[in-house]
Amino acid sequence: MYREVERRPALSPQLALRVAVIGGIALVAFGIVFFRLWYLQVLSGDQYVAAANDNRVREIKVAAPRGEVVDREGRVLVDNRTGLAVKIRPDRLPEAEAAKTRLYDRLADVLPGLSRTEIRTRVREQLRAQPFSSATVKQDVRLPVVQYILEHQRRFRGVEVERVFLRSYPRRQVGAHLFGTVGEVTKEQLEEDERYRGVSLGDRVGQSGVEYAYDRFLRGKNGTTRVQVDALGTLKGRFPPQEPVQGRQLRLSVDYEVQRTAQMALGSAQGAFVVMDVRNGEVRALGSSPSFDPNQFAKVIKPSDFKRLSSEENGAPLSNRAIQGLYPTGSTFKLITAVAGLEGGLISPGEVVYDGGSLQVGGVTFKNAGGVVNGPVALRRALSVSSDVFFYRLGLEANNAGNGKLIQDWAKRLGVGRKTGIDLPGETEGLIPTPEWRNRLFRKKLTDRPWSAGDNINLSVGQGDVQANPLQMAVAYAAIANGGYVVRPHLGLRIEDADGRVMQELETKARRKVKVAPEYRRAILDGLRMAASAPGGTSADVFKKFPIPVAGKTGTAEKGAGRADQSWYLALAPYPNPRYVVAVTFEAGGFGAETAAPAARRILASLFDVKGEEKKVVKGSSRTN
Amino acid sequence: MQATAPFGTASASSRETRRGFGDIDLLLVLAAVGLIACSTLTIGTATVTDVDGSPYYYLTRQAIYGMVGIVLMLLVSRFDYSRLRELSVGIYATMIASIVLVFLVATATRGSKRWIELPFFTFQPSELGKVLLVLALAAFVVDRARRLGERETTSRIVLLALVPAMLVIAQPDLGTGLVYVVITGAVLFVAGTKWTHFAVLGALGAVAVAVVLAGAPAVGIEVLKPYQVDRLTAFMSPTDDPQSQGYQLNQSITAIGAGQKTGRGPAGATQTRLDFLPEHHTDFIFSVVGEEFGFLGAALVLSLFALLIWRALRILTTAKNLYGALIAGGIVAMLMFQIFVNVGMTIGIMPITGVPLPLMSYGGSSVIVTFLAVGLLQSIHVQARAAAASKGRELIA
Repeated sequence: MYREVERRPALSPQLALRVAVIGGIALVAFGIVFFRLWYLQVLSGDQYVAAANDNRVREIKVAAPRGEVVDREGRVLVDNRTGLAVKIRPDRLPEAEAAKTRLYDRLADVLPGLSRTEIRTRVREQLRAQPFSSATVKQDVRLPVVQYILEHQRRFRGVEVERVFLRSYPRRQVGAHLFGTVGEVTKEQLEEDERYRGVSLGDRVGQSGVEYAYDRFLRGKNGTTRVQVDALGTLKGRFPPQEPVQGRQLRLSVDYEVQRTAQMALGSAQGAFVVMDVRNGEVRALGSSPSFDPNQFAKVIKPSDFKRLSSEENGAPLSNRAIQGLYPTGSTFKLITAVAGLEGGLISPGEVVYDGGSLQVGGVTFKNAGGVVNGPVALRRALSVSSDVFFYRLGLEANNAGNGKLIQDWAKRLGVGRKTGIDLPGETEGLIPTPEWRNRLFRKKLTDRPWSAGDNINLSVGQGDVQANPLQMAVAYAAIANGGYVVRPHLGLRIEDADGRVMQELETKARRKVKVAPEYRRAILDGLRMAASAPGGTSADVFKKFPIPVAGKTGTAEKGAGRADQSWYLALAPYPNPRYVVAVTFEAGGFGAETAAPAARRILASLFDVKGEEKKVVKGSSRTN
Repeated sequence: MQATAPFGTASASSRETRRGFGDIDLLLVLAAVGLIACSTLTIGTATVTDVDGSPYYYLTRQAIYGMVGIVLMLLVSRFDYSRLRELSVGIYATMIASIVLVFLVATATRGSKRWIELPFFTFQPSELGKVLLVLALAAFVVDRARRLGERETTSRIVLLALVPAMLVIAQPDLGTGLVYVVITGAVLFVAGTKWTHFAVLGALGAVAVAVVLAGAPAVGIEVLKPYQVDRLTAFMSPTDDPQSQGYQLNQSITAIGAGQKTGRGPAGATQTRLDFLPEHHTDFIFSVVGEEFGFLGAALVLSLFALLIWRALRILTTAKNLYGALIAGGIVAMLMFQIFVNVGMTIGIMPITGVPLPLMSYGGSSVIVTFLAVGLLQSIHVQARAAAASKGRELIA
């Protein structure tokens, strides 16, 4: 076709060279482009397909509802409700401060009760803690507000609405201290704690109470909704969602009725109660007063509310006094002194001691409460009438026998002054004073005097420095009732599926067994029974005509000048083979027989289904401790 | 195809027998028409959802531009380009005037004044200016052909070219301005300018770039807008920030990569359809080809471009006179620069400069001007064949 060209004069060599250069450049450039295309499309195509899909597919996490918590009869204690949360996606948030301020202004206009500053602080704090997860502006927003936001998306850039499951507590104040709270997992928890494997940032996990203790069962498996969006984030289509799986149901050993009765028995007073099965440590009721409504924590709680709920002035409703209280135990401690005296060989069950109303030691006079003279008493009667002198003597003798720590050792052995191991986080250890402890403080000049026999005498009746909580006392009493088994108290009974089928029994073994001779246990139980039934018994008038035979010990602990006494009652029932221990304490209850024992009676009535007790007000008259 | 030429071709018409279109370069026509066909198809599939209520908005317009372009190409091929030499001053003046006119009457689009609104058409003088610059510069070079070795010649040509180049860059349209610079270099190169001159020009250019990018901002003078600098440097550090230029680049590479061997098809091309790929009918049309039709489609388009370049280079070597060779050289450089800068941009090996892909990107000015350029190549080819056919004639520069 172009043959005639050959007849033309040859190109000048210079032009030929230069055209060759241009052609060469073209060749190299085409080569590079082809190579690059081959690399992008053929060699790494898969990766870019994934990237393109990533682009268009937004995964929206659908939080799984947590499992429900039910009582031993299956009554719902904690369940879920859905709410709409307004959140802010950090990656969509405008960069400029002014634009952010405008956005917060608009949000503040539509979200009642929130100011721009509050929104800014909230978002800033959450994003600082978790920079990549959405920050919740408000949980549980009403539908019209949500609709308004969704209809004006351009004005609310970076704002998203998410359906969230919120914990709901239909029983409100009852049992509030058991359940604990649910909150977003923290960065530290994710990084450091094995138990949060499989949890991702932004997920809500149990942060206290049984929500925390049994979190791995209660939390479900999050689902995802996948949608196709365009470059502006506009929804273009949906993919089949992956449904979330609800967490397991947790059945507690708690009996809601008993729990409710106990809570009512304490009323608005500051105090705590524990009801436990002495044979296995199953907690039937455990609570603290005043209580609070945990529904407040299901949303983001306002700082002012939190302050109110934790302030001492308002009785610090958030603290769980049953496991966190640090109280002198008063005469309820005599059970431990009795065991120590018997097992330590200081006394025998029948040995009679003369109670002249006071005991003189080194120039100090230790008196019975109210200066009562009980005359000759043996152990049973000493417990029944709560003779202080009887136990003062044991305290004095224990201080001088062996290593001088006979009572302290038995207290520890029976579980007082140490953690019980209950499946609730945050319990306190308490304190059993020892010579070493006080002398160390004295050396550091933190106290005015070293250990003396008087300290041990005070300890023998639960006065002075001793600090324990109701749960520890319940464990100690349970050990005497059950033949020496120091149980591990627990609330978790079993894990079930949503229909209540058992998935896993939560077995909790006793922590240890202590050897207490049967005749000693018998003597102590008899003494406690007499206290609640025999004439002169400290709580006999409280339990008059009560159909269930109760063995119990009052306690009245002095807390220093100007402060009302701590009132205690520890009950074991039914005598002679107790199944339950009930521990009740009032922080400012006066004599044990006046407040704590009547409350224990109401609790026991509920526990044993005794009718006609609900309204009955029984007030003991014993002025002893 | 036996129609008579509408324009006379006096200088080469001693044996004008067949004046049909039979003597044009058919492979060159195939490349150009093939590309505009690919362009129309791709734009058609990519922009279905872009204009509400008229899915074929861009498709029909691009098809019309293509047809107008083809007709113009055929007309120009019948015309002896050599006659344009006498008009060089007029051509140069027209070019400068039209570019200056832009500053006076143009409507600003995205901060840049490049277009003049005409009744049916938005005209971009700087596009036409590319071809006008080729014609004018080639003529000036031919006028001084005997003094090509002189520094004065080189500097005069360079200065003549710098005026329109600077005006276009000031629009601001950096990409087109660079095309002017490349055209100038190519015309000088084909003319046989000494290597030493190129070395000096290269050094001056490097200094200029250094001053613009580093020196001027340091003393507070802003020659390039910050976004222009971002675009130029984005390909070295792509990011995910949707606000930045690197984002476009990432989306383009993702689109092309996702096309794999045979493409995702128009319906499955989510990068294009869901607007992740910006400017998908103009600057990033090649990414659409890559996503929708895969390596196969991209390779086809590149092959058509290769064919175009090959034929243009061949026409350069056979031109009957220096003027023809210079015009062909300028056009080849213009095409090559635009192809490689644009394609290179979409695959992440070249800066983002907003240069349209010849015969592929949507746009009347670009399509029609490119066809005009191809028409000029055809004219050079036709004239060369005519000259070769008349024996004994000398090739005179």
